[in-house]
Order: sequence, then C-alpha cells, then structure tokens
Amino acid sequence: MAAHLPAVPVPAGLAERAASLLEPHLIETRDAAGELTLLVAREGVAEVLARLRDAPDLALEQLVDISGVDWPDRPDRFEVNYHLLSLRHNFRLRVKLTTDEVTPVPSVVGLFPVAGWYEREVFDMFGVLFEGNPDLRRILTDYGFEGHPFRKDFPLSGHVELRYSEVEQRIVREPVLLRQDFRNFDFLSPWEGMLPGDEKASP
Amino acid sequence: MSELQTGRRTVTLGTPDPALPPGATHENYMINFGPQHPAAHGVLRLVLELDGEVIERVDPHIGLLHRGTEKLIETKTYLQALPYMDRLDYCSPMSMEHSYVLAIEKLLGLEVPPRGQWLRVLWAELMRVSNHILNTTTHAMDVGALTPILWLFAERERIYDFSEAVSGARMHAAWFRPGGVHRDMPDGLAGEIRAFAERLPKALDDMMDLVGGNRIFKQRNVDIGRIAARDAIAWGFSGPCLRASGLPWDLRKAQPYETYAEVEFDVPVGRNGDCYDRFLVRVEEMRQSVRIIHQALDRLEKLEGEPVSSGDRKVVPPRRGEMKRSMEALIHHFKLYTEGFHVPAGEVYVATESPKGEFGIHLVADGTNRPYRCHIRATGMAHLQAMDFLCRGHMLADAPAVLGSLDIVFGEVDR
Repeated sequence: MAAHLPAVPVPAGLAERAASLLEPHLIETRDAAGELTLLVAREGVAEVLARLRDAPDLALEQLVDISGVDWPDRPDRFEVNYHLLSLRHNFRLRVKLTTDEVTPVPSVVGLFPVAGWYEREVFDMFGVLFEGNPDLRRILTDYGFEGHPFRKDFPLSGHVELRYSEVEQRIVREPVLLRQDFRNFDFLSPWEGMLPGDEKASP
Repeated sequence: MSELQTGRRTVTLGTPDPALPPGATHENYMINFGPQHPAAHGVLRLVLELDGEVIERVDPHIGLLHRGTEKLIETKTYLQALPYMDRLDYCSPMSMEHSYVLAIEKLLGLEVPPRGQWLRVLWAELMRVSNHILNTTTHAMDVGALTPILWLFAERERIYDFSEAVSGARMHAAWFRPGGVHRDMPDGLAGEIRAFAERLPKALDDMMDLVGGNRIFKQRNVDIGRIAARDAIAWGFSGPCLRASGLPWDLRKAQPYETYAEVEFDVPVGRNGDCYDRFLVRVEEMRQSVRIIHQALDRLEKLEGEPVSSGDRKVVPPRRGEMKRSMEALIHHFKLYTEGFHVPAGEVYVATESPKGEFGIHLVADGTNRPYRCHIRATGMAHLQAMDFLCRGHMLADAPAVLGSLDIVFGEVDR
C-alpha cells in the first residue's frame, strides 16, 4: 500500500478475535485493502455492535458512519455498512449486512445515539427500514418527497420539478420535462482498460 | 379543563400556576429558527420547543441544500467527480478533496511523490486556518462581537488569493488530484505564504485580546452546550469538538497520512467541552497550523523542482508541453479526459482530519471508470444531530452560540 495513506493499524489476530466474539452472527470475514469487513446476519447487528463496543480489548466505541449501497441484481439488494472506530486502540472495522426493500434491519440507536440520523439517511435514500428507530422520518429530501433517490433505478433527474406559478401564486410540482435528453456517454472502450486479455494495460 | 399535547409534555390547560396571575395558564410553544436566519450559518431550520425562554426540545430539519452529490458522482468519471468535493464544505474545499483523492489512490495503489505530499499538507493546513478563521469570527459575531470578523477576514482573503494563484479558483480549486496535485505553486507564492504565516499569530492575538477574556463573550459561551468525552464519542463527535471535551484525538497524529508523521505540532485539548473550549481549541489549532505551514515551506524549499504528482501516465495526465512533442502523451491525455482511468473493484473507507473533524469517504468501485458508490461521511451531520442533546435546558439565545461552536456548513451536512 502507498506510504502516504492514513496509517490505520490493524491489530494482530483481529479477525480471529471477532470470529470467536460474534459466534452465531458472523457470516464471513473479508480482509481487503488493509480494511477488515465483517459480514453479519441482519437480525444480530445490534448484538454484534454491542459486543464489539463492550469488549475491552476491542472497544469499538464510536459509530463513525452508516452507508448504504444498492446492488439491484442481488436477491438482498441493499448493503448497509457500519463503520466503527476504536479511539482507545486506534483501529477501524466495517460491519456489513444485507437486506431488501421490505425486511427491516434492527436499529442501533439504543447503542449509539448518533445512529439516529444515519439510519434516517439510509432510509430516506434507499428505503431500508430500521426497526426500533423512534424517529424514522425522511431527512435530506424535501417535505412530501416520494421515492428513494439513491437507488440505482431512480433517475438522476428525479420525477418531479418545482416552479413558482404566477397564475396560482404558489409553488407547483410538475413532472420533469427535459428540453434535451440527459446525455450519459459510455466512454468504456471495449479494447482497452482493465478488461481481461488486455495486454497493454498490464505492466 | 382540557389536555393539550405539546411535544413530549402534557400541559393541563386551565390549571392554576402559582407563578402566574390568577386565571392565566401557560403551555409550551414551538418556534422556527431559520431556514433564513443569519445565525443559522446556512439553510438550517431548527424547530424549537420552548417553555418560556428555555429550550425543551430541538428538532433540526436539514436537507434544504441537498443536491444529491453522491448520486451525481456515480454518473461521472473519477476525475469529473472531484470538483463536487469542493462544493461540500466550501469553507475548506481542498480538505474535502483530500479524503476523496486518498480513497482513489488507496484503491489504485498509487504513490504520491514527496513534494506533492508536502504541498497537500501545506494546503490542508491553509484550509484549516481559513476554516477556523471563518468559524471563530462568525461565532464571535453570533454572540455580539462584530470586530474579529472584520479584522481576520482581511487575512482570510489572502488564503483565497493563494488558492487563486495556485489553482486559478478562489474557492473551488479542484487542485488535489489522484496522484498528487494539479500543478506546482507559482514562483514567489511560497514567500507570500510565509509572510502570511508570520503575520497571522499577531492577528490572532489581536482577536483574543478583544474576545478571549471579554466578559460578555465568556458569559455567552462558558458552560454553554457542555458535552462530556463519553457523550461526545457516543454522538459521533470528532475534530475540535471532540478535543474540546478533553480527548487528545487527532487523525493527523493517530493515523498519520501524507507527511504528517514528520511534522512537529501539538494537539490542543479543552477541558470542559463547552462552547468556550471549542472556540479556544480552534484558535490554538490555527497557531499549530502556522507551525506546520512553516515546516512544510522549509521542506518544499529543499524539494524545489521535484515532481508534484505521480508519473503514472495511466492515471495522471501529461502536461501540455509534453503533449506538443510526444504522440504517446497526446493519446494518454485524450484517453484520460474522455474515458478516464479505471479503478479496480473494491471498497475503502478513508478518513482525514478535515478542519471540522473526521471527513470520510466510503468509496465502492466496480472496476469501471466511474465510482459505483461514493458515500460521504459528513462531519457536521453528527455534530448537528447533537444539537438537541446540547441545547436542552438552555435559553433560546444560547442556541446560536452552540450552533456557532459546532462549526456547521450546510454544503457538507446536506451533500
């Protein structure tokens, strides 16, 4: 890894320690690009984060971020990533789970109050439901917004646009009318880049 | 008698209150703070539930500046998406680019030459000074001190001039690029930055003489919006807000990136976690930044003339002069500005110490020339969420002081 990147230490034996700690909930451990990812069962996420936080040798006491990713082709299309940080032992860990449009994920607001807005954001943007979040309202989109904009099947331009109507003397919502189609050029060339069989790209 | 539900509290209308004249009753009321309020530092709508002048509950409504940056990034190549970063926290644009380029470099395994790293350190610190000048002075203005903003914005303007000299743009620089920085500093700029760094401590002293020990300023800030270290961690605090609560946690020290491991500087720590400590920590951080700026300029002098970005032509486009002579360079230029470079599949989370705190990028790449998903971990979002925790039981007039001390910029919170 390049030397100028953030030097995030990875404790020795972290994967094994996590595996024994999280016994029934852990599905898979991935170690890529110097970052450890634990894929856990959806139902057990609150239990997992609580154990990781309360184990004195891990002390992952800060929930830095929750981010959603949409993979429409997969059966469980949404990934929810919990980024954890241990300030005491100085390392990071990612806990990942998958879900679909209707299956709720247990909320972790009771463990980390900061999760409240993060879960609202993932709900707003992807439509992932969090069971037990006391205030699961939309957060970033407009009042009365419909749909979940960060899903891959949601168009970039959205569905409605707002304008002020002189006639009605108020803001009106109308379907988006693009005078020119959104131009989405596909610059991927079929014979160069990182495709298999590409001799030019390999060093 | 009728019952009225206001927020969480049930007020029985018509019950006699010994504090009120006979026949009078009271109930909580809601007010809107913003979205067009000068002390809201942007488009924030705070719904405040008040009992008289005491805040019972705060419900921040954010998203009024939501532009869908993360979705737009998915439709752009990696290089085209870079300028969106400038528009997040527009008070420290290059610090926003920093996490993004580091995330790309981590996936690519790309090295940055020493001069490029030192230039990034120099500019990250200039951005810190710029951001903290803005925050400390507007915070002082929110609680009634108008002079600091007038004095220090003259200095802050110089940083915009430097930014213009180095990148052509005062704010939206797009100067940190994957592989290094876009181009070297022009001749003479290092001297000007050094003169600025020598001048700045005096300007900070002047400000501290005015407000540091000022009775009104302290009455408005000391013991207002206190948060203990344990709560600050639970609420996701980072940066100066966390350090003000007494934790010496700084990503530049704990997880050093670029050449921060070689730099000598101290991490100021507060004790009480109140608005006043957050203010003091930021002022002291500016002084430490000045130290780092001097060290970076010293090192840059020794590295004069060395490359500022990686020589990997599959990622970093060639300079124009090179293109005039080399067909290969011309092809690279064309390919990089149409197709862009490909980033191998994978996911990384990279965080840097932006002026406001931990600014992270969760980048998911699928092997094409566009990010599959780029989640932005906004520092201000965690801080703003704690408004309810920090303001409960305080007076209405304390809300702007708390908000000012949290250093919120809506470009970043709303994304």
